[in-house]
Amino acid sequence: MGGAEIERLIALLAKIPGLGPRSARRAALRMLQQPGAKMLPLAAALAEAARAVRPCSACGNLDTQNPCSICADRTRDRSLICVVETVGDLWALERAGVFRGLYHVLGGALSALSGIGPEDLNAVSLLSRVTDSGVTEVILALSATVDGAATMHWLAERLKPLGVTVTRVAQGVPIGGALDILDEGTLATALRARRPA
Amino acid sequence: MEWQAPAIVLDTRPYGEGDAVATVFTAEYGAHRGLARGGLSRMRAATWQAGNLVEARWVGRLSDQLGSFTAELVHPAAALAMNDRLALALLSSACAVAGGALPEREPHARVFGSLVHFIMRLGEPAISDYVRWELLLLADLGYGLDLSVCAVTAATSGLAWVSPKTGRAVSDEAAGEWKSRLLPMPGFLGGPPVPDQLDWIHGLKLTGHFLARDAFGTQHRPLPAARQFLVDYVASAAIQEVATDAG
Repeated sequence: MGGAEIERLIALLAKIPGLGPRSARRAALRMLQQPGAKMLPLAAALAEAARAVRPCSACGNLDTQNPCSICADRTRDRSLICVVETVGDLWALERAGVFRGLYHVLGGALSALSGIGPEDLNAVSLLSRVTDSGVTEVILALSATVDGAATMHWLAERLKPLGVTVTRVAQGVPIGGALDILDEGTLATALRARRPA
Repeated sequence: MEWQAPAIVLDTRPYGEGDAVATVFTAEYGAHRGLARGGLSRMRAATWQAGNLVEARWVGRLSDQLGSFTAELVHPAAALAMNDRLALALLSSACAVAGGALPEREPHARVFGSLVHFIMRLGEPAISDYVRWELLLLADLGYGLDLSVCAVTAATSGLAWVSPKTGRAVSDEAAGEWKSRLLPMPGFLGGPPVPDQLDWIHGLKLTGHFLARDAFGTQHRPLPAARQFLVDYVASAAIQEVATDAG
């Protein structure tokens, strides 16, 4: 089409989540039309991020500093740890701005069907983190899937003997969600988790 | 080619960003794989959770192609089991064992019917039902156990053991010095009465031995991790109960 370099660029862009070959071609074309304004800054940013960003040794978050900016923030409530599956989940909670404690990123969920065990996750470090620091509550913010639930039970079973309160995020009707479009599983869970009005 | 049938979702593996390769189990078409388009999407992920009962529709140009699935949720068993550790372990184990042991596209209507019945009653104490389902699965696959009569004396009472080689019952009298080499027969299958927790462990050990040797061993595969999780959970619950009783 326009040389091996362009093909390679498109092929690499097409591997990014959310992009396919078609959208990769569009992105490549747009960047190639304005290399100074779009392409070179992007290339520099990618190289810089690849060089500087590392997982936090305490929580598993991605940051340019270690411990990460959240773990290093002394204004945060250090008695609370919110356990999430991925860094994307951590970012979602940070965007909401409703949680001022610390996080722990597991890096996935236990999957009995796929054979992913506790040793494949950042789970043992959570237990030692809770044991060693003054944590009083661990919030399990894991996905509402079979794997997420299995992980939650596994963690709760091991965290409770450590003397901390173990809670989990609620499941049910989302804000703006009409009942008639919800799936039966969500409705059943919402009804089971009902509380006094 | 196409068919539509009630099905149990056995497994869903990610395929690309939003799609999934799902394995479902139906009475007529057995364990059947297909591409579930958007199976991991926000709208459809709840339907494709392992253990759910769905009305599945499979479409493929040729019968031997992977084809694609669409599904309508009938019973959200996965969502209902999520808050109960034992129910979740049983459901995951049943799906993993069925998915691993059943040959693809071979009908096993009795196994399907029994599994549906088991899933619908999942909230109740169900380990003995689960062990019975595994026995039925073994029998349907051609590895049935004979627990009705003693292999040595032909006695029909006093049965307490099972031969790990033949899968036949052995009475306590006939077992003699071979007891240590035999598998205990759980009380709910006709063995001597013991506390429930021990009975469940005996039951899981019994079917686990034959599943590992016959259903999975012949495929040179180990028992699924989900089943080991179930055994570990039942064993740890038994230990906790004993500790509580002692305390």
